[in-house]
Amino acid sequence: MKPFRIILGLFCLLVAVWLIMPTLVVIPMSFNDKKSLAFPPSGFSWQWYANFFTNPEWSNSLLNSLKVASIVAVVATFIGTLAALGLSRMKHSGAGILRAILITPMVVPGVVLAIGIYAVYLNYQLVGTTFGFVLAHTMLAIPFVIIAVSASLEVFDVRLETAAASLGANRFTAFRTITLPLIAPGMLSGLLFAFVTSFDEIIVALFITSPYLKTLPVQIFTSITRDADPTVAAVGTIIFFATSLVIAAGLIIGSKSKRS
Amino acid sequence: MSTSKTRERGAAIDIRDATKRYGKFTALDNVSLHIEPGEFMTLLGPSGSGKTTTLNVVAGFTDLTAGDLSVGGESIVGVPAHKRNIGVVFQHYALFPHMTVGKNVAYPLTLRGVEKGERERRVKAALDMVKMADFAHRYPSELSGGQQQRVALARAIVFDPPLLLMDEPLGALDKKLREWLQLEIKRIHRELGTTFVYVTHDQEEALVLSDRIAVFNQGRIEQIGTGRQLYDEPATLFVGKFIGESTTLRGKAETSGDETGLTIAGQKIVAKEKLAGGETPVILLRPEKLSLAAAKAPITNGQNSLAGQVSEAIYLGSGSKYQVVLRDGSIAVVRSSLEAKPFTIGDEVDLRWSVEDSKLLADDDRADMTLT
Ligand SMILES: Nc1ncnc2c1ncn2[C@@H]1O[C@H](COP(=O)(O)OP(=O)(O)OP(=O)(O)O)[C@@H](O)[C@H]1O
Ligand SMILES: [Mg+2]
Repeated sequence: MKPFRIILGLFCLLVAVWLIMPTLVVIPMSFNDKKSLAFPPSGFSWQWYANFFTNPEWSNSLLNSLKVASIVAVVATFIGTLAALGLSRMKHSGAGILRAILITPMVVPGVVLAIGIYAVYLNYQLVGTTFGFVLAHTMLAIPFVIIAVSASLEVFDVRLETAAASLGANRFTAFRTITLPLIAPGMLSGLLFAFVTSFDEIIVALFITSPYLKTLPVQIFTSITRDADPTVAAVGTIIFFATSLVIAAGLIIGSKSKRS
Repeated sequence: MSTSKTRERGAAIDIRDATKRYGKFTALDNVSLHIEPGEFMTLLGPSGSGKTTTLNVVAGFTDLTAGDLSVGGESIVGVPAHKRNIGVVFQHYALFPHMTVGKNVAYPLTLRGVEKGERERRVKAALDMVKMADFAHRYPSELSGGQQQRVALARAIVFDPPLLLMDEPLGALDKKLREWLQLEIKRIHRELGTTFVYVTHDQEEALVLSDRIAVFNQGRIEQIGTGRQLYDEPATLFVGKFIGESTTLRGKAETSGDETGLTIAGQKIVAKEKLAGGETPVILLRPEKLSLAAAKAPITNGQNSLAGQVSEAIYLGSGSKYQVVLRDGSIAVVRSSLEAKPFTIGDEVDLRWSVEDSKLLADDDRADMTLT
């Protein structure tokens, strides 16, 4: 029994290292004193962080990404929540088929979607526009919201709305005061997922980008193929800590709402 | 709970020829029911008999296929549930999990725009009435089932509805708690003067609580009456068997004058009643009207007698309960007092009762299949 447990523990450790190794390699690389993506770094400096925040190419792309991702998060949460509500109230078998259709953007290969989107965007002058990015990313993000909100609707007791009606609430009031607060954790996690989906989306972005509108992942990609300096590592490190914070916040909110 | 002087008493309810169909299935079949203001009416019946459907129709959760419904003299057909001002208590409590007890009870008042001071006063009064005032800051998940149901009751009465509907509110609670809460509900009914409509499939609960009981069976009302009326004068065999314990006897029937005779395994018994033509008579007997005598003991005048054998004898403290297998194989249930001569299993006995206590009813196969 004992040796087996030790082997199992070692194996788990190996998997964990394998999973976080790439991330851990990036952090030291970002402090390199030379303009090379070498590992291990040869010395220590903050210059690539300084470059990220002062070089307008980098800061603009960050702002673009934040802007697109924020709009996408709000729009996708709104549409995805409505879709999840509609699906949960559908009684006949059509609901399953409809749900499958709504989730397809998640399973269709990104390149396939990207080509289709690119072809359509060329016709309608949407390439390189904020609206074009928001439209494409919202489509990609909606499935995540549907899944997250559906999960919280699964445990929501619809009979509470009936009870609210008996107490004098019309349908809208019942939704606002009872349903909405109870599915809010699901919506919040959908919102975070939608934000992240847009924020680190690269495939579609590469197709519909333009020199005037680059998102952060596109800028990372061009930088790595052109300059190959450790600024990408600095960006990676910042994003890593930022997303860790957001996810930790999401988990804490999630566990709080579960307790009440 | 508002200024109690101006509080109106409960509202009268009139359900006329109510029919509800789901596709081809008829859940309510021409139901008519009048409930007096302030009355405690219980809808009693086996599972699937249409009690909840009736309640949902009154609450406005379900539309009628046909028929009319009025509360307080005004038809409310087509009025949405949230405009009906009717309190509802559900079997599953339906408390809002994200609100404290206090917020739950305040909810209907907030919707009605009652200002804060008045709201707090009424919430307190409602919680006092159900003895839950100390729990105002707890969340529903921190309460037991019985406590949650008391909060739900407070929430349903806090806005002074003239009518309160309850659908098996004690169904999920254990027997002890149920019995205590029955008395609480009775007290609250007395104090409020509101009309209560209560659904249960537990006939004892119905007898404890109600002014009158409407017995449902397969989407129809079989009889409406006080517990005593239903027990002593059942209108149908179903009611007779559903309320209390009973023995039913079937046999070859003949009518002479105002009497009906049944021949059971060669022995003739009599009831001082007769049925309309075309119906098969059944005699229904209540256990406390029956007595046992040693086989072939002398019969007094005006008594019926059937021979049988004791198959079960149970000592109950206040008396005894026997099961007797009759010659035709049917089983009689007898309750006897302490003074009566005791019998043991296997004794040959005569089952005796006064001719007047034979309750003659029309046979009805619907009466058997729905007994649960
Ligand atoms: N939405 C519905 N669609 C189809 N049939 C229904 C629907 N609601 C109720 N029924 C049927 O109507 C009949 C009466 O149901 P109802 O809920 O009124 O019974 P009940 O007397 O309350 O029974 P219980 O004691 O089990 O609660 C049942 O046979 C039920 O299956
Ligand atoms: Mg029911």
